[in-house]
Amino acid sequence: MVAAFSWKRVYAIVLRYLYLLRGSWPRIIDQAYWPTVQMIMWGLVTKFFATHSSWVAQGAGVLIAAVLLWDVLFRAQLGVSVVFMEELYARNLGHLFSSPIRPYEFVSALLCISLLRSIIGVGTAALLAIPLYRYSIFDMGLSLVAFFSVLMVFGWAIGLIICAALLRYGLGVESLAWASIFAIAPVSGIYYPVATLPEVVQPLAWAIPSSHVFEGMRAVLIEHRFDWGLFSTSVVLAVLYVALGCWVFMRTFHSAREKGLLLQVGE
Amino acid sequence: MTPAVAVSNLSKHYGDIVAVDGISFTIGPGTICALLGANGAGKTTTIAMLLGLVVPSGGDIVIFGDDILADRYRVLPRMNFSSPYVDLPQSLSVRENLTIYARLYSVRDIDGRLAALAEELGLGPVMDRKFRSLSAGQKTRATLAKALLNEPELILLDEPTASLDPDNADRVRSSLMAYQRRTGATVLLTSHNMTEVERICDHVIIMRTGHIVDAGTPAQLLDRYGHEDMEQVFLDIARNSKQTAGRERGS
Repeated sequence: MVAAFSWKRVYAIVLRYLYLLRGSWPRIIDQAYWPTVQMIMWGLVTKFFATHSSWVAQGAGVLIAAVLLWDVLFRAQLGVSVVFMEELYARNLGHLFSSPIRPYEFVSALLCISLLRSIIGVGTAALLAIPLYRYSIFDMGLSLVAFFSVLMVFGWAIGLIICAALLRYGLGVESLAWASIFAIAPVSGIYYPVATLPEVVQPLAWAIPSSHVFEGMRAVLIEHRFDWGLFSTSVVLAVLYVALGCWVFMRTFHSAREKGLLLQVGE
Repeated sequence: MTPAVAVSNLSKHYGDIVAVDGISFTIGPGTICALLGANGAGKTTTIAMLLGLVVPSGGDIVIFGDDILADRYRVLPRMNFSSPYVDLPQSLSVRENLTIYARLYSVRDIDGRLAALAEELGLGPVMDRKFRSLSAGQKTRATLAKALLNEPELILLDEPTASLDPDNADRVRSSLMAYQRRTGATVLLTSHNMTEVERICDHVIIMRTGHIVDAGTPAQLLDRYGHEDMEQVFLDIARNSKQTAGRERGS
């Protein structure tokens, strides 16, 4: 009898991604390129505002921390959806899902790869920020771990929903994988408090975990306190969203088997 | 003897389109069986349903005594598959691709198995080359290596020699037959190469528009239709639907 869950099979898919990275230096550079560019740009903005804005001056590195944490969310989502797209480009789903791997093992592998990609990408940018701007996001300590974890999980949720759309509609919705996350950026309050948003939009902002994380981040950096209320709400929301993401993916996977899409899916 | 594959009243509808319409057949253990038919006859859909990649609209599939719909993951490790319509990742080498699938199928002694397959299928010189850089013949052999990785008891091959030159096609057939003789595996393949079917298959199932229209050994079919080769039998069935309608078994 084949085990219902096997880390060996999960590792096989992770290994497929590691082989892909090993064989392509542009892919390795690509992991860190955008987070680093963003960090440099927002670092310069911070330098300017540090002398022109009391709010930014109050919270050293609040903009750099915001951009790095935003990139955690972005990388987490991309890590899931782009890796899934690689399988679609390769027309490999038929081979994968006629092997003993379960869809939830495959999802677990996507999440592991996403974690790896986020650590490489955002980690590089965070380390570079230390010599460039004398700012270390790691000074946030355990708060950083908390924020990172919630944003990873929320990114996975969005990534899984995008994978479901790719499975259902094919690579025609590829641009969704790259652009959809930006739809939630304005309501996440990355660089400004949620109170800045129009009142009618604020309930929407509070319904997603990222806004709670960025408010919590500002509480740590500006008020030097960890807001447990914001954190616990963000955890509950992130868990709900990732459960929804898993359900949508598994439901779509079953539907793809009914519609015969596993052999056809592509452009 | 329990059949390796037992299919009963299997059907697949995509909305109004009927891809497979209530087919039934069995394949004995150790048999090499060909599933023939014109494009769109329902061969690939049937194979996809046997693998569980496509959920049937109705009917039952029992493989090695297990219901594929209920116990798919008990049976899948004993099967494998290749198709020209499904690729291996192009950016990885043959060795990397095979290593990943060997892990997915929990193959023990992966290096030893890969070395044996490289030897058997003449893949030695290309094991460390990217899949995308291989010729069509090399790609087909690499995909066949993937299909043989776990020493499957049932191999499903969708057009295993499609687009190959006679030399490469012969090498693939020889490798497949050598494997089958060594292990006694059951093979179900689709093919448009009737010489190949006559040469290697013990049993033939012929499909048209989702139905099974005839079945038997190549010799029985040649005799039944009064032709000297399977190509003529195939054309007879494909072009003379009225004549063959009388012979339809419908199951």
